[in-house]
Amino acid sequence: MRELTKLTIAEAGRRMAKGEFTAVELTRAHIAAMGAKKGLNAYITETPELALEQAKAADLRRQAGAVGALSGIPLGIKDLFCTKGVQTTAASRILEGFTPHYESTVSGKLLAAGAVTLGKLNLDEFAMGSSNMTSAYGAVENPWRSQADPGTALVPGGSSGGSAAAVAARIAMGATGTDTGGSIRQPAAFCGIVGIKPTYGRCSRWGIVAFASSLDQAGPMARTVEDCALMLNAMAGHDPKDSTSAPVAVPDFAAALTGDIRGLKVGIPAEYRPDGLSAEVAKVWQQGIAWLKDAGATPVEISLPHTKDALPTYYIVAPAEASSNLARYDGVRFGLRVPGTSLDDMYRKTRAAGFGKEVRRRILIGTYVLSAGYYDAYYAKAQKVRRLIADDFATAFETVDVILTPTAPTPAFAIGANTDDPVTMWLNDVFTIPTSLAGLPGLSLPAGLSADGLPLGLQLIGRPFDEETVFRVAGVMERAAGFAALPEGV
Amino acid sequence: MAYLIAGETGDWEVVIGLEVHAQVISKAKLFSGAATDFGAEPNDQVSFVDAGFPGMLPVINRVCVEQAVKTGLGLQAAINPTSVFARKNYFYADLPQGYQISQYELPIIGNGVLLIDMNDGTTRPIGIERLHLEQDAGKSMHDQHPTKSFIDLNRSGVALMEIVSKPDLRSPEEAGAYLTKLRSILRYLGTCDGNMQEGSMRCDANVSVRPPGSTELRTRCEIKNVNSIRFVQQAIEYEARRHIEVYESGGTIAQETRLFDSGKGITRSMRSKEHAHDYRYFPDPDLLPLVLDPAMVERIRLTLPELPDEKKERFMRDYALNAYDAGVLVAEQSSASFFETVAKGRDAKAAANLVMGDFFAALNASGKTIDDPPVSAANLGKLLDLTADGTLSGRLAKDVFALMVETGKAPDVLVEERGLKQVTDTGAIEAAIDAVMAANPDKVAEVRSGKDKLLGWFVGQVMKQTQGKANPGVVNDLLAKKMQG
Amino acid sequence: MSLDKATVRSIAELARIEVAEDELDHLAGELSNILTFVEQLAQVDTEGVAPMTSVVAMSLPMREDAVTDGHQAEAVLANAPEAQDGFFTVPKVVE
Ligand SMILES: [Mg+2]
Ligand SMILES: [Zn+2]
Repeated sequence: MRELTKLTIAEAGRRMAKGEFTAVELTRAHIAAMGAKKGLNAYITETPELALEQAKAADLRRQAGAVGALSGIPLGIKDLFCTKGVQTTAASRILEGFTPHYESTVSGKLLAAGAVTLGKLNLDEFAMGSSNMTSAYGAVENPWRSQADPGTALVPGGSSGGSAAAVAARIAMGATGTDTGGSIRQPAAFCGIVGIKPTYGRCSRWGIVAFASSLDQAGPMARTVEDCALMLNAMAGHDPKDSTSAPVAVPDFAAALTGDIRGLKVGIPAEYRPDGLSAEVAKVWQQGIAWLKDAGATPVEISLPHTKDALPTYYIVAPAEASSNLARYDGVRFGLRVPGTSLDDMYRKTRAAGFGKEVRRRILIGTYVLSAGYYDAYYAKAQKVRRLIADDFATAFETVDVILTPTAPTPAFAIGANTDDPVTMWLNDVFTIPTSLAGLPGLSLPAGLSADGLPLGLQLIGRPFDEETVFRVAGVMERAAGFAALPEGV
Repeated sequence: MAYLIAGETGDWEVVIGLEVHAQVISKAKLFSGAATDFGAEPNDQVSFVDAGFPGMLPVINRVCVEQAVKTGLGLQAAINPTSVFARKNYFYADLPQGYQISQYELPIIGNGVLLIDMNDGTTRPIGIERLHLEQDAGKSMHDQHPTKSFIDLNRSGVALMEIVSKPDLRSPEEAGAYLTKLRSILRYLGTCDGNMQEGSMRCDANVSVRPPGSTELRTRCEIKNVNSIRFVQQAIEYEARRHIEVYESGGTIAQETRLFDSGKGITRSMRSKEHAHDYRYFPDPDLLPLVLDPAMVERIRLTLPELPDEKKERFMRDYALNAYDAGVLVAEQSSASFFETVAKGRDAKAAANLVMGDFFAALNASGKTIDDPPVSAANLGKLLDLTADGTLSGRLAKDVFALMVETGKAPDVLVEERGLKQVTDTGAIEAAIDAVMAANPDKVAEVRSGKDKLLGWFVGQVMKQTQGKANPGVVNDLLAKKMQG
Repeated sequence: MSLDKATVRSIAELARIEVAEDELDHLAGELSNILTFVEQLAQVDTEGVAPMTSVVAMSLPMREDAVTDGHQAEAVLANAPEAQDGFFTVPKVVE
């Protein structure tokens, strides 16, 4: 049974179609593996009974000849997606006990495609973090360990840290993630898996707990490029319930994996080579360029001059939107309430007890930058720079088809590190944030190992709504990289 | 003629701007599919969007946008091709999202104008600053429990048009005229029912005072949510006098929000709004800019009804009515069309007198509405016809009208049934005159010696003899002849 | 920009988050560092650049005016920490 958890989604689907095993067997294997990997703290809420019910239903449908694209595939759902009848926490105390009466569009689409949901995955509180250390439900451990220091637990990255850890540890075949500034791509890189943040507007935001509305985007995390393509096929699509959802047709992303990238121009941005870039990361990036060249693509030096402005821009825009989005957590209609002597006192106490330090910090910064007298200097300024950043990409895409960069400046670090100064922690997202600000698709795939044996990721960035090219190039790189290393105990 | 308030140190001018929140007539809410009906069970008309649940997103209702455009056109206002929804952030128990989705820098409707009709028949243009779309908040009830407030979110998310006037109003009377006219236009357009009791039209008044002739704008106070036109006028007058008193005793006015206590007729500071507001407006990232299709605006323009000002002008022109009468008749679309049915093919002045006189009096007394009138327009028209062709005298017509109200019957039926036809038969009238003259020889002599004034007395006596049915014209003619002869 | 305690106190009040008096200094330091970091944007030339509020190149979609939601008071109230007689309840507000 244990071997079933090592299959890819595509392979499991093919073998279930042949009748080699059932969805129930596949689900049981995962439930058993989840039990063995509890120490990772990847799940906040496990739903084995629900998963088995869904698996049974998938098997029955298969017998009846009605098979969804992800029929019987056990997945994990980031606990930022509202799930009908299943507690949804956003990894925050303030949502304690909250059970939605509705299903997010994206998780609903996965269910409609026949997927089995194993539970709700841990994350940074309200998706604010790059380490999964801000979760009210405790840190998640990266299943990988450094060969130099195997006794120290590492972060899985964040905010979709539970998703990345679960997929890497083979306790979910795939998982949903959300990415606001790198929250799919950076943990995918840290855990040696594939993750894609699609174009803003590709997946509906309806039913996903909002962090920064103009940046938030759902996406798949899985162990192969093809699996991500299969999942994204099911997750994407126009949703009239989300005004920012794009009325754009969803192509068959898996069909884009032709293996042929001859003649493609791949942009290599000079600005993604900052002083602090680790030599190992720089090396794997060079390796990636070489693979693409070998496959017949042409690397092109490009310039994205406002790259260095992306981080400060993001740390104005995202907290500003968050300060407003998180105002609804007030102890009145759902979640935590701490009694107070007056309405305002109740608000203050509830929100002080319900939000962790990072969330509080971002709400306060966001409140400040929007407040009277500061709006123009901070928020309006950031919105202007955001346009310059987006324009940089638009200019680049006049000459190149896709852009290749490292995903993160370093491999995974130890749990507890980088916590003194929030700004240092934020540097983890320096390569992913520009893409988020521009709303472009970005995919991270494992490209190699550090000297300590930790996964390193490369990022491919595409034109708006051209995930197909991103997948096509990623497929070629995946084959070239032949990334076969496994984390501890898998 | 300007309205000034006399203070200790001299006269003061009052400067008033009004902000009206008008509930848009639509089936569903501005950003959710929940219903808008008044009076539902608590929290029954609430979607998870209206309750600010995690992950819920707004999607705008097309009809609410169209209603705002229609209202803008009715106010001769600029329709902004692109407008932006912004979040107004503040915490309150009945504001579930922690922000109100409103419009700030770029409203859907820009500058417009509204003509107010004064009692002396004159009009004055009042500037409209803007109209923007926004969502309503829920309702807090503070009197249900000793230590708790109760929250009902049925209103949460209902579409409102906030219509902001320029500070052009100068008296409580003008403020009243503005609200009356605005309500009239909204009802004509069918964009708001204007019901202030049910809260579908609510008014905030910004009031300040200054010496006459000055152009300064002094600190204003905002009086919130006054729920009748009369109360708005009372609140303005009270607030203006309060400002004058403060200034004249050397004090200063603090900009603040105040509440009108209609029981005491005073305004007082709102304690709950005491601490400084900083709404942190920013464009709502859940919504994109609202871009209006010019073809849609033109389509809406074609559906505009004849509005009160045009109708009034036409009534003055076509029916030769004075401004006041025309103004009264066009205030409500239904009274205007009632009048037009009565006046069609008849003497318009007589029709206007009948409608605005006896008919409006009867309408008021009956407590009915013009849509279910005590006397139908068709029957009123017939009554006018019976007067015009001499069947009824003015007096008889009044009696017949009273019977029409009482019985609901048509005037011709009543005339027939009760034999109320005016007598024009000269023989019968002559006989009556002869009888009166014979009984009063001394008065006849007085008339004949030049006391013309007594003729009226004779007319009255003859009418009495004929139970009022004699045609007064014929009586006059015959009487004059007989007195001579 | 370096924030003082009073400013942090007033931001926290605007955001309705209680902050203990002895935490204010530390928090002011943290927030000041963040502001110092983001203020590097002041160096960017944004002359004539329009603010970008959305990356989506389309205008606002509209829905039809139909009642499609509501009539679920029980579900709306189901997660409430406190409710009574069909209402959410909060500490009494004095107006
Ligand atoms: Mg206002
Ligand atoms: Zn308003």
